[in-house]
Amino acid sequence: MRNKFAEALYRLSRSDPRIHIVVADISPAGPMNEFRKEFPERFINVGVAEQSMIGICAGLALKGMLPFAYTIATFALYRPFEMVRDDLCYQNLPVTVVGIGGGVIYSTLGGTHYAQEDITIAGAIPNMSILAPCDPAEATAATEYLVGADRKGPCYLRFGKAGEPDITKDAIEPFRFGKLRYLRRGRDVAILSYGVTMGLAVKAAAALADKGKSVSVIGCPTVKPLDREGVIEVLRSHPRVVVAEENAPRGGLASEVKSVAWDIQARCALQTITLKDEFVHCYGSHEDLLAAHGLSVPAIVAAAGG
Amino acid sequence: MSAAPRRLANDFDTTAARERCYRLRRRILDVSQHVSALHVAPAFSCMEIVDCIYHGLMRKDESGAYLDTFLMSKGHGCMTQYAILESHGTLPRSALDEYCTKDGLLGAHPDYGTPGIAASTGSLGHGLGMAVGMAVAERNAAKAKGRPVPTIYTVLSDGEVQEGSTWEAVMMASTLGVDNLVAVVDNNDFQSLGRTSETHPSFYPLVEKFQAFGWETVEVNGHDAGAVFRAVTARKGAGKPFMTVAKTVKGRGVKYMESVPIWHYRAPNPAEYKQALEILEKVQS
Repeated sequence: MRNKFAEALYRLSRSDPRIHIVVADISPAGPMNEFRKEFPERFINVGVAEQSMIGICAGLALKGMLPFAYTIATFALYRPFEMVRDDLCYQNLPVTVVGIGGGVIYSTLGGTHYAQEDITIAGAIPNMSILAPCDPAEATAATEYLVGADRKGPCYLRFGKAGEPDITKDAIEPFRFGKLRYLRRGRDVAILSYGVTMGLAVKAAAALADKGKSVSVIGCPTVKPLDREGVIEVLRSHPRVVVAEENAPRGGLASEVKSVAWDIQARCALQTITLKDEFVHCYGSHEDLLAAHGLSVPAIVAAAGG
Repeated sequence: MSAAPRRLANDFDTTAARERCYRLRRRILDVSQHVSALHVAPAFSCMEIVDCIYHGLMRKDESGAYLDTFLMSKGHGCMTQYAILESHGTLPRSALDEYCTKDGLLGAHPDYGTPGIAASTGSLGHGLGMAVGMAVAERNAAKAKGRPVPTIYTVLSDGEVQEGSTWEAVMMASTLGVDNLVAVVDNNDFQSLGRTSETHPSFYPLVEKFQAFGWETVEVNGHDAGAVFRAVTARKGAGKPFMTVAKTVKGRGVKYMESVPIWHYRAPNPAEYKQALEILEKVQS
């Protein structure tokens, strides 16, 4: 996903001199290294100094540039939080804060590297939008949006890492900013998710289909602003809805969908599976960590009534 | 990459500056009578510095628009900037008359989007990072268009030089070689809990710190607008950002306010206001 993002950004940079990349001592893998070689004056490595990463991005944007701040999610968002809030969001500048390893995907690095509440924190700030693509193709589409004419204001772009499988190849809908995206449409149950966790949703849907269920798999790559009308349609057209989210239980997609459900007095069964309101103290694979907090394919299948 | 434009030291009329600064201080005292609190002393501290930047250093194009940018990093000093912008007609008189009121345009810290304001500040330690980004953007854009490189001017409080984020930006500015960045520290040696030289002695020396971080640095009397002008225009540039450590007195111009912490944010009462007008100085240096 990370590589497709860099590839798309490099491609777009050749015709858009506004694009600047500001990293905090993170190795510029693959195409980002090409960018660095070709546009050295537009590639800034601040070193281990994330507050200046965000401040410099704000200054670049105040003078008409389109900067991307790029580092590990915890350091992109938590360390320089007040710069993100004041410099980027309060001034409503078109800066993208790229958080790689969002959620708990750096599953062996420990709690200091688990961004288990990044969506909540980014989403709490006015003007901030959040994009969390689920696979390399969606990462490319999101990047194209962020460089396009429709893009306004700051965005937190939550990534996993490299090597995610393609899961949107056969999607019945394309990526559109601010819209839910059906990968497949069914009648009995809807599974709503975003980001890397979409992989679990797809696997759960396959298991449910084997049991004879007709399943919708719906991506929510634009976590904020939420496609409220889209969510209402999901809640009204399925008897059972499951939200699977790799984020803290408050202030993310799960709690948003619940609040929409209350507002419209939805009649469907609605279950949400998120990370717990507890720090993660274990290590292992990404799926091990998610499972430790109750987020797994069997858990989604069970919540979906399978 | 072009170095700073050269100006002759006699380009800047210090007598006119003295008269301007007197009027600006007077205007700020007038505004203080509409509100219970405003940052009078921080504004008076940086008065000659900001006046020199606007009226001596910043270049204009043929239409009269500024080519260079001023970013008030010490947001609490913005009354000085507001009064100057009012004198230019960039802000209407009503804006200062309605300072900090329900339907007014201006609050106690500058907001991006207000005419003449380059960035939102108020939280300390943000301005220099943004100024570095602006300097890079201006340099890259000017290079692409084959135009002279605009300069970014910024004024920092000495308090915000305690912020780690300021030092991150200090390090990055020299790393990036932005010689189109001119910063001034308004070094009045005061913060809320006392004299910095007493509360944080290792804050000093300042000049050597900036030099060690790769900045061309000088120390000047910050109430001598001519000295500020000469120091900045005499800079070498040559790939280094420029830092002016300006020695100032908080509240300068009204004797009873000078170096007295309460005037950081208190507005004078009517009797104090009357007295302030009587003793308001035309600050020479």
